[in-house]
Amino acid sequence: MSIRRPSKEQPENFEFNSASLEAAKSIAEKYPKDKKESAVMALLYIAQKQNSNWIPLAAMKYIGKFLDMPYIKVYEVATFYTMYNLAPVGKYFIQVCTTTPCMIRGAHKLVEACKEKISENENKLSKDLSCSWMEVECLGACVNAPMMQINDEYYEDLNKGKTLKILDIILSGETPKPGSYRGRINNEPENNRKTLMDLKNA
Amino acid sequence: MLKLKVNEIDIEVEEGLTVLQACEKAGVEIPRFCYHEKLSIAGNCRMCLVELEKSPKPVASCAMPAAEGMNIKTNTEFVEKARKGVMEFLLANHPLDCPVCDQGGECDLQDQSMFYGVDKSRYKENKRAVSEKNMGPLIKTQMTRCIHCTRCVRFATEVAGVTEIGAIGRGEDMEITTYLEQSMQSELSANVVDLCPVGALTSKPYVFEARPWELKKTESIDVMDAIGSNIRIDTYGWEVKRILPRINEDINEEWISDKTRYACDGLLNQRLDTPYIKYNGKFEKASWIEVFNIIKSKFKNANKDKICGMSGDLVNMETLYIFKEFFNKTLGSYNVESRSDHTYLNPQNRENYLFNSTINGIEEADFILLIGSNPRYEATILNARIRKAYLQNKTKIISLNDIGDLTYPYEFLDGDIENIKKITEDNHKISNLIKEAKKPLIIFGQSSLKTKSAKYIVESVKSFLRKNKKISEEWNSLNTISENASTVGSFDLGLYKTVDGSNEVLKDLENHMFEIVYLLGVDNLKFKKKDEFIIYQGSHGDKGAEIADIILPGAAYTEQNGYFTNLEGKMQKAYKASYPPEEAKEDWLIINELAEAMNHRKLFNDKDELDSSLLNQINLHIKKSKSIKPLNVENLEFKQEILKVNNEDYYYSNAIARASKTMFECKSAKTNLKLTGTEG
Repeated sequence: MSIRRPSKEQPENFEFNSASLEAAKSIAEKYPKDKKESAVMALLYIAQKQNSNWIPLAAMKYIGKFLDMPYIKVYEVATFYTMYNLAPVGKYFIQVCTTTPCMIRGAHKLVEACKEKISENENKLSKDLSCSWMEVECLGACVNAPMMQINDEYYEDLNKGKTLKILDIILSGETPKPGSYRGRINNEPENNRKTLMDLKNA
Repeated sequence: MLKLKVNEIDIEVEEGLTVLQACEKAGVEIPRFCYHEKLSIAGNCRMCLVELEKSPKPVASCAMPAAEGMNIKTNTEFVEKARKGVMEFLLANHPLDCPVCDQGGECDLQDQSMFYGVDKSRYKENKRAVSEKNMGPLIKTQMTRCIHCTRCVRFATEVAGVTEIGAIGRGEDMEITTYLEQSMQSELSANVVDLCPVGALTSKPYVFEARPWELKKTESIDVMDAIGSNIRIDTYGWEVKRILPRINEDINEEWISDKTRYACDGLLNQRLDTPYIKYNGKFEKASWIEVFNIIKSKFKNANKDKICGMSGDLVNMETLYIFKEFFNKTLGSYNVESRSDHTYLNPQNRENYLFNSTINGIEEADFILLIGSNPRYEATILNARIRKAYLQNKTKIISLNDIGDLTYPYEFLDGDIENIKKITEDNHKISNLIKEAKKPLIIFGQSSLKTKSAKYIVESVKSFLRKNKKISEEWNSLNTISENASTVGSFDLGLYKTVDGSNEVLKDLENHMFEIVYLLGVDNLKFKKKDEFIIYQGSHGDKGAEIADIILPGAAYTEQNGYFTNLEGKMQKAYKASYPPEEAKEDWLIINELAEAMNHRKLFNDKDELDSSLLNQINLHIKKSKSIKPLNVENLEFKQEILKVNNEDYYYSNAIARASKTMFECKSAKTNLKLTGTEG
């Protein structure tokens, strides 16, 4: 984990759009009036979603004002949690799992594909600024290893060829279909079920 | 009461204490970094580990409440090992740069690692390096040294009330910083330098100046405001190197304002070191005998009604007393005044110009009304107390004006004097708030005393309070924030000439009625000189010296013993830490010698005689003041007026501060920040 710093290039202003504002309000309402600050994490996440996967300083300030709390406190939270991105990561934010199960199933091939298609280094935007990739620790989909996450969706059972294809779709500006790329439904056993045969909905 | 054992010694402590406090009561010292009795408990340095019977692991004593029957051990091998372990972790990333660190010699980490640590390091990996942070013109940072005790964060949030410091990142990458590295916007900011147990936050103006063991330490009293903060002056030869706070729970607790701490470099600049005489608009050096002779002949030829004396803001009471004696006895004049503007004064009784509820009393108050006062700038330490009261009791605070950020929330009115009229006529919601409050606090600021309606404001509120029995033996809700360190002392000694609260001497001075004006350290006087012959006595070449015809070089507050009475009426003695430069002399001595030159008789034989005479005078005054039954002033005239609170130029309020480079930097840091518009 490296030191996370806010991006040097920052937008001047940030404001919630109407959908975000509604979501933010409904979350802030859940807390007692004098404990509004508790909503900060959810609001940061909303801001991140709205602002193509990263949180500018202006958004932290906006949230500070929104919740009536000091800016430094929002800043502390945003820098503490690694899932808040403080610099642009592109519209498609790719997280490749490289923890042991994925690694022994060939996660480095996925990394190679990302290096070829997107950028030589982690956390660097692609040429068209639409996406970036980074290695992350276990995303909890070991049964479908190797896998990667693009924004909110998991792409599983990958190999280098499949990854390259997915990345091509992304770079052309479309969203690929999430899920297993070996035709599995979720994480069901390959070549049919072998246990709990008598249960229909298992 | 709880009964517990510390190192097999039985003790009894009150409930609500922590194990660490219980150990302290038992006289056992426990090392600590993050724990500070004036701040909330963090429990993150782990240095205070102790052994607790029946607890398999060592316990952080600062965060553990003491309980009945506890058996605490602090001298076992188990504890020793725990402390060594913690120390090793703390030192893992701490640089070994003590020889170039300003904290060296007074560093908690240094001392405690000598005492509790291991003599060698097993850590061979690379040490963490953290970039320096900007925290403004007062605080130098060297964040690699930081051990993340978060004392500074807690101080800024809790005591100073400016949530600007925080810890960003996490784990090994955690860093303490101000928001986007802006300078800290507080008048108490430099207290974090004292709080920092290591050399991460050190004093910028004091950087590489001296080692603590080289300095002569003198305990004294501050004069930058009327609070009378207790300070320690550290000197190296003549030079005042730094000023640190001393603990006085009744006044400044452990804190001092930035001005108190850093205006001291003004003591080195702009000093008057020899007598001067003005010839053709130019000052020329002279000897004491020469200037005394000129003054003597001037006084001899002048009508005594055409002579006046004014005393300034930083003058100690001995000097004020002898100054008055000199005018009354030697010159036979009664034109002596200490106010350099038209401040309303009712000298009938001492309570009229004191902060009667006392600074400690603020914490008991249940309602606070500010009338024309911005305590944040007028009395920073007092403002910190009001904040403390607010945090403890959620005290309701109302100000007559909107005066900006006071570090605590308050309601405000529109500033119209009409409000005062309504309040005192029992016709306002605040009237009820005052009446219902058991211990209300009405604070008059300087701005309210300088208005045309000052008399109306003060006297009508006073009679309202008296009518509702809010001024009594137990609780006196009438409070005035005095402007300067010498204000209360001057009033106690009777350095005023007033009819109905006015400033008669200043009025005459403005009408150019005087031929000779003797200014004793007066630098805040706004006065256009005409034909007056002006004698200035003081320590700094400031506004007063500029208009003078003769300059008598005096001593600053660090260079002479002297009493100061603070705004509560507490008399405290400031001690001599240094000596006046070159030809300059202590202020009382100059006047005594001048008196001798005038009519061959000293006013006092020595300082002791002056001191005892002064103390007698003050005791008499206090006794007399107590015996006077205060009268309500009748026939008050109401005038429509909007009260404005002048945000006085905080960093430039007196001659010493104006000569200080650090104060100039503070001022420009503040104005720059406003210009760039980076604030909220």
